[in-house]
Amino acid sequence: MKKVAVIGVGETKFGEHWYKSFRDLAVEAGIKSMEDANLERKDIGALFVGNMSAGKFIGQEHVASLVADHLGFSGIPCIRTESACASGSLAFRQALLSLQSGAYDAVMVEGVEKMTDIIGSQASLALMGAGDQEWEASVGLTFPGLYALIARRHMHEYGTTPEQLAMFSVNNHKNAVKNPDAQFRFEISVEDVLNSPLIADPLHLLDCSPITDGAASVLLATEDFIKKKKIKNPIWVLGSGQSSDTVALQDRKSLTSMFVTIDAAKKAYKQSGLKPKDIKIAEVHDCFSINGLVAIEDLGFCKKGEGGKFIEDGNISLGSTVSINTSGGLKAKGHPVGATGISQIIEIVKQLRGECEKRQVDAKYGLTHNIGGSGASCLVHIFGKEK
Amino acid sequence: MNMLGIVGYGAYIPKYRIKTAEIAKIWGKNPKEIEKGLLIKEKSVPGIDEDTITIAVEAGQNALARSGINPKDIGALFIGSESHPYAVKPSGTVVAEALNINRELRLADMEFACKAGTAAMQIILSMVKAGDIKYGMAIGADTSQGRPGDALEYSAAAGGAAFIIGKDPAAIIEDTYSFTTDTPDFWRREGENYPKHGARFTGEPSYFRHIIQATKGLLNKVGRNIEEYDYVVFHQPNGKFPVKAMKYFKVPKEKYLPGLVVDRIGNCYSGSSPIGLTAVLDIANEGDKILLTSYGSGAGSDSFSIIVTKRLKEIRDKAKKTEYYIERKQYISYGVYTKFRKKLKI
Repeated sequence: MKKVAVIGVGETKFGEHWYKSFRDLAVEAGIKSMEDANLERKDIGALFVGNMSAGKFIGQEHVASLVADHLGFSGIPCIRTESACASGSLAFRQALLSLQSGAYDAVMVEGVEKMTDIIGSQASLALMGAGDQEWEASVGLTFPGLYALIARRHMHEYGTTPEQLAMFSVNNHKNAVKNPDAQFRFEISVEDVLNSPLIADPLHLLDCSPITDGAASVLLATEDFIKKKKIKNPIWVLGSGQSSDTVALQDRKSLTSMFVTIDAAKKAYKQSGLKPKDIKIAEVHDCFSINGLVAIEDLGFCKKGEGGKFIEDGNISLGSTVSINTSGGLKAKGHPVGATGISQIIEIVKQLRGECEKRQVDAKYGLTHNIGGSGASCLVHIFGKEK
Repeated sequence: MNMLGIVGYGAYIPKYRIKTAEIAKIWGKNPKEIEKGLLIKEKSVPGIDEDTITIAVEAGQNALARSGINPKDIGALFIGSESHPYAVKPSGTVVAEALNINRELRLADMEFACKAGTAAMQIILSMVKAGDIKYGMAIGADTSQGRPGDALEYSAAAGGAAFIIGKDPAAIIEDTYSFTTDTPDFWRREGENYPKHGARFTGEPSYFRHIIQATKGLLNKVGRNIEEYDYVVFHQPNGKFPVKAMKYFKVPKEKYLPGLVVDRIGNCYSGSSPIGLTAVLDIANEGDKILLTSYGSGAGSDSFSIIVTKRLKEIRDKAKKTEYYIERKQYISYGVYTKFRKKLKI
């Protein structure tokens, strides 16, 4: 199989972009990634755009062509991918497969979402499009409720505590302080989390990721292209795994373990020849603190049920056993749903390139974990400095 | 110096109050969190027979009493409100008759969310300045609406303030400055009972941007630093926003607390910053400089530079002071509140 690497990255700051539109954000991230790789439009064979719900957020569909249009591409094949909050990583994987197939030499992958043009309740409804409309949304469930069910069950089965969940958010915020692109660059304490308004028992406001505007873009290229263009510091894609499961939470075999994570990770680990213990840095999908905790268990960083203790014992902080969400994660860096997966990849690429300054971690390999819905889809990617 | 300004002023706030804790309790919210989040303890509620017209009349009577002028000398009346009782038919005609104002009168109702009152003041000032009228009255009054269960329900209150503008003022209006953009942060469409709002969008790109730009524009226009002002009043949709804006301009507490009334009466919309101004006029001394900046969603801000003259002391005891209305109160339950505000649909 052809070797493929990330050769350029660029993203907007994450947050409430009152003065920038969807297209402004997409163009900003796209240009930054081209400048980073020192490529021109003619070098890029195709554009993949990960976007969850521009139709509901801004009334705009047909966004792949829109992004190509405003980036000044002419005649370029452009493809939009959607897998709820994993739309970005899905775009990345499709781009990877297209390069491995020999269709292109270099492609651009963007993730973009503009979520603050509508009010919070409408945004919640748009996001619930990722759930099961007939079995979940119809009875009033939204994502905080679904993840609260997972958290309750995890507490029941393994004795996980609200404090341990809170510690996941605390770690994210601590890292976000060191990330200039993050939405919430301030520290919080366990008490802050537990004293924040209760959203869906046992999840408090500070257990939940925010509504965010943002775009992230990466350029992917084949080994031949990289050699021909003499591109320095490529970060190689060593493994890519994708999986799917039931959309409705009630149909799963387990509430406390996500089959999609285990399955996608198994495929990515196998392809890369690596094991969880080889991974020293990972960006995991913490749309809610409980999902971050479940992820570190399902990715194999600790045993099932021991996530709470693993966090409590300081195993996820910067430079520890496995540095989790050095970017600030979804909770503190922000969660512009379609852009999140690409943004996670950018953080790992920057870490492996050694460009993360105050939050820099010494690692040879890095992993990204991106979930759609309450676990109906998942993509795991593993990256390395060497092929 | 152009010696035109406020010759009479008056406020009115309905006596009924509902505590934010009482509203929070009904909606299953933590009262302490709501109080801490909005910095509002209680809000005024209009009685069942009160509306923007009655509030305007009460405030107008107080302004006339202070001015000592003959109502027949008032040549223009503009009432700014977003809760005029009629969609078609002016509030102002009723108010003018009730106040016995001259029938040779220029009159119109105005609307610009929470800043129609200060917009009315600017128009009256211009007409007086042009020599078209001797005196004019500008009123900002509202019985604002908050949808049950919405964040606005904790703040939407009732009250108003009236200003008579002309020569030989108790407070000179040195200059004004306005900043206006198309920023849809808050709106109510025709036929809808309650307004909608853009949640966090109402903050940074809306309230703060306009308050800051208008205030800076005014300071630049009059060539003063904000430190030269003895009192600063900003629009007060809640307790948090104006305090944050004051911090931005480094205005010390003692200069803004006298005009900050929202924690005790809520947001009186078109009457909000005007009532704050009346509270300051009730205590200011000759030579004191007052900076007032309103904010109306949609969006715009009017900023005023005001200098107190020796006449203020002579007139201010001729009517009930703003503090009287703030402290005159009777608490009601959420049930009575729903009756008064006609939220019960039978």
